Amino acid sequence: MNLIYDPWPWYVAGPLIALTMFVLLYIGKQFGMSSNLRTMCSIGGAAKYSDFFKFDWKEQRWNLIVVLGAIIGGFIASQFMSNNTVKINPEVAQQLSTDYGIESAGEAYLPTELFASENLTDPFVLAVLILGGFMVGFGARYAGGCTSGHAISGLSNLQLPSLIAVIGFFIGGLVMIHLLFPLIFS
Amino acid sequence: MKYLSYLTIGIFFGIIMYKSEAASWFRIYEMFQFGSFHMYGIIGSALVLGVIGVQIIKRNNIKAIGGKEMNLHPKTKSVARYLIGGIIFGLGWALAGACPGPMYVLVGAGFPSILVVIGGALLGTFVYGLLKDKLPH
Repeated sequence: MNLIYDPWPWYVAGPLIALTMFVLLYIGKQFGMSSNLRTMCSIGGAAKYSDFFKFDWKEQRWNLIVVLGAIIGGFIASQFMSNNTVKINPEVAQQLSTDYGIESAGEAYLPTELFASENLTDPFVLAVLILGGFMVGFGARYAGGCTSGHAISGLSNLQLPSLIAVIGFFIGGLVMIHLLFPLIFS
Repeated sequence: MKYLSYLTIGIFFGIIMYKSEAASWFRIYEMFQFGSFHMYGIIGSALVLGVIGVQIIKRNNIKAIGGKEMNLHPKTKSVARYLIGGIIFGLGWALAGACPGPMYVLVGAGFPSILVVIGGALLGTFVYGLLKDKLPH
């Protein structure tokens, strides 16, 4: 196996994510990615409209630097460490193709049907991207955290609220894929 | 110097997200179809090590750098906000195929369309801020 080009297996990625969390804890911070969205709203002047955005965002600058790093990391990994295709379970790939006409599994990193730039002019694609993002942003703030803050940090600290949130994540995800996808994509 | 360490952590995290394919829409779809152990393995192994590590920190009262307390605050108790907020998040996670961390990673990987998703996420965060006091928490 080619360590650089092949996808990293779960038993490499999972421990490295735990390491990320512990390094942040050790330097006195907490692992959480969605709070950056609130910080960006505050920087953009959202405090004029809601007190929720009135806080000293300068204290959150460190996390924005982490975001900047994540962007650079994505650049490095995609440019130098990957052939940018994702192979999934062939049965799932087949089902995506037959049921929804999404045929780029195994050939791209993200489905070209939804993420190719030329499809941005398609109102349906645009609606899917905006609505998906909207629910992620709204839901993460409502629940007080996302996958990193609840599923990793919160559950590691055995917090019941995080368990409830993660159960919610999965209820929402399963409802979307199994009940709503057939309505949206057929 | 401190900023350099945050930047390094971010780069490290970004590479892991991309290389493990946790930033791929396909992997999220496959996870919710129970088509592979991959995503469960990533979250599960991070979690098992996380729980063990946090227990070690607490039992031995290990401090953060400079002798400060570790940032392990309990979250406020409630069911409604975590369950409803969590479900809305899950719906978006499965549709967009990306949670907040991977969204940034995909910007660097050169997918302009993800900026539309991030725009939606910022709008969602903003609207939550507007409605916050009217929602059950």
